[in-house]
Amino acid sequence: MPTISFDGQEITFEPGQTIIEAAMASDLYIPHLCWHPDFPPHGSCKLCSVKVNGRICSACTFPAAEGQEVVSSSEEVRQLRLRLTQMLFVEGNHFCPSCEKSGQCELQAMGYYLGMTDNHYPHFFPVRDIDASHPHVLLDRDRCIFCELCVRASRADGKNVFELAGRGIHTRLVVDSPSGKLGDSNLDVNDRAAHICPVGAIVVKETAFRIPIGQRKYDRRTIAEVSVAEEAPLLRKRYEQKED
Amino acid sequence: MEIDTAESLDAVAAVVDKAVSQHGTRPQHLLAVLRQIQKDCHYLPKQALQSVARRFSLPLARVVGVAEFYGFLHTQPRGEYDIYFSDCVIDVFHDSEALMQRLCHRLRLQPGAVRGDRRVSIDTTSCTGLCDQGPALLVNGWPVPRLTPTLMDAMADHIERRVPVTQWPAEWFLIEDHLCRHDLLLNTPWRPGTGLKNALRQGVGWLLEQLTASGLRGRGGAGFPTARKWQFCRETPGDHYVVCNADEGEPGTFKDRELLKHYADQVFEGMTLAAFVTGARLGFLYLRGEYECLLRPLQAALRQRRCLGLLGRNLCGLMDFHFDIEIVVGAGAYICGEESALLNSIEGLRPHPRNRPPYPVTCGLWNQPTVVNNVESFAAASLIAVHGGEWFAKVGTEKSKGTKLLSISGDCARPGIYEVPFGITVAEVLGLCGSGETLGVQVGGPAGTFVAPSDYQRRIAYEDLGTGGSFMVFGSHRDIIDIATRFAQFFAHESCGFCTPCRVGTSLQLRLMEKIRRGWATAGDIQELESLKQLLEASHCGLGHTAHNPVQHTLAHYPGHYQARLRDLDFSPGFDLDNELETARQLTGRFGDHLRQV
Repeated sequence: MPTISFDGQEITFEPGQTIIEAAMASDLYIPHLCWHPDFPPHGSCKLCSVKVNGRICSACTFPAAEGQEVVSSSEEVRQLRLRLTQMLFVEGNHFCPSCEKSGQCELQAMGYYLGMTDNHYPHFFPVRDIDASHPHVLLDRDRCIFCELCVRASRADGKNVFELAGRGIHTRLVVDSPSGKLGDSNLDVNDRAAHICPVGAIVVKETAFRIPIGQRKYDRRTIAEVSVAEEAPLLRKRYEQKED
Repeated sequence: MEIDTAESLDAVAAVVDKAVSQHGTRPQHLLAVLRQIQKDCHYLPKQALQSVARRFSLPLARVVGVAEFYGFLHTQPRGEYDIYFSDCVIDVFHDSEALMQRLCHRLRLQPGAVRGDRRVSIDTTSCTGLCDQGPALLVNGWPVPRLTPTLMDAMADHIERRVPVTQWPAEWFLIEDHLCRHDLLLNTPWRPGTGLKNALRQGVGWLLEQLTASGLRGRGGAGFPTARKWQFCRETPGDHYVVCNADEGEPGTFKDRELLKHYADQVFEGMTLAAFVTGARLGFLYLRGEYECLLRPLQAALRQRRCLGLLGRNLCGLMDFHFDIEIVVGAGAYICGEESALLNSIEGLRPHPRNRPPYPVTCGLWNQPTVVNNVESFAAASLIAVHGGEWFAKVGTEKSKGTKLLSISGDCARPGIYEVPFGITVAEVLGLCGSGETLGVQVGGPAGTFVAPSDYQRRIAYEDLGTGGSFMVFGSHRDIIDIATRFAQFFAHESCGFCTPCRVGTSLQLRLMEKIRRGWATAGDIQELESLKQLLEASHCGLGHTAHNPVQHTLAHYPGHYQARLRDLDFSPGFDLDNELETARQLTGRFGDHLRQV
């Protein structure tokens, strides 16, 4: 099997795999927010930026190729990912202490993982709409990071409930219904799209604060540990299905 | 158009019907239909979007997502006269801001606003491609160059009297040519079909040989060898497409405007040659929305070619050669100049740039192998098919063959189009256009290179100063910080928002530049500005990768100008405290007097 060098370690990959897939298959974590093993890669959050033969690339979209030298854990790359995470924090309105997603949120866990102690950049304080019209699902746009996982999941659900609209820093998540309200859409609480959000933008109602502090997803494990434990098997399952 | 009553709902339905029957309901017609509705209703009413979604069998949210992306499409009502002033730095330096203020004052509305009676709305837009005869504006899509205060007053009067734009004085809309220097491309006589017939006689192999020998490289700036692009596309199996990128949005460039006006047949023949090589049966010319006024003449040029048997079925009487060209008009989005974003735009999707690899040449329009070339590349290819590769390669440098069209604007005596041989120095170009004392030259638009006088011996060539053709001259009286801030503004405005570093980074960069310009920055802000370079380089596409260039280049060459604006106190606040408190003081009527009473 062909190999790449990943942080100095030789790892094998199957032709057609991206760098993040090759790493995941070897239980090696590359930070990511918009990538999910069940959906087509997107390449928008850029948290998975790695240096490939000296050039910055997105590990989730860049194909692995024989002899590549991939650097993921250097201080330079960590610093880049830290700043990207801080950018995501300041462009939205993220109030972790009062957020029901706290402890289960990938953005928050990423902040901890990268050693983030402040926002570094000035806050943008955008004014964004909250949509509580759906009986079972809440859409809090203040927390959206535009990863489009809900967009992709809803397409997989066969529904197209979510899309992005606007442009640039004014990009916003919109809902496919005549009124634009979630309550008028055909989103069902059991849809994958209602559960895929890595942050607290799309949350299921009446489930908040049920898990005690100490038992939440990222209370005792880092995002890296959770990802390797939960996402790597999903990826392996996908490959097994492919081979069948 | 009001949409509150049943009668007006019918009117909206009629508008959509008309737009759909005129343009069609295939994905590549979505933008045209939305543009048509915008024109007829002065915005995109929700009912219209719903109807469009049904007609195109798309989710409503996806249509909204497309509509909200483009600068010239609006989901809120605009004025019956919808006016956009170009905010390109060159237009601004020719007083466009004062002219806009004057027009707004005359018409009693604020910039960016719609007047209460919905008669008129006035806003800014990125470069309109008229920097050689600016300042310029667009009114209902029609360009008006060479604005003056008198013209503003007359325009206000026409709007108040509700004279239709089609009845405004024709001279207001007159675009001058300013073809100041002719060379290979502009000087060689052209007869429709000569290149194509020659290529058909001598075969695909011969044509590719000639293109290789010519050394022709992509004229959009990236410089990929044209022969290799066509060859790769030919070798990839699939339903091939040919796309002409006429979305020149780089501020300060306007060469395609002239090429499409006077050399359109040559451009179309170049596309047909690409179809001959690749076997494509359909081509698209993606015309930037700002050049909508060229649409009718271009369609006439296409009709003429069909009449001559140079386009359509059985080209040149051949049994198995069919190729036709459709024109897709953009709607105000610089990112569509990025080839994969352009392809998404044609496909009726949000024009986010795609992940690469795969590249368009193997996986382009509708995932089929696609040749995407610049207007100038196609025009050059058709001449090469007539005169051969050597004829073209005798001009230029070793790695940059032929000539380049420069769009020269700014502080010089003779702005216009200059066709120059590759290898010409910046100093020589400045001599041609008659510049005086200069602060520097921006080559290749904001994404290109800021060249300081000490570097004027640098050459226009792929191996030195690569450029799509924008050449902005700044006189020594200009403010470098102001220039860099306006470029930062351009990138923040045009960032598509897909990836984190560009979406947020371009806005942070703009804030920092504004802070410096206003005199509130400290040395730490300069460091912060420099550190954005690495972040922007992690962006998804070329827009983000180059968004730091104007800041980086001006910082390198003019550190003194930046230093002079900084506050030197270590612990000074990064803002004007009194200014920030002003609103609260006005509201409370307390102007700090209470502090003095303590």
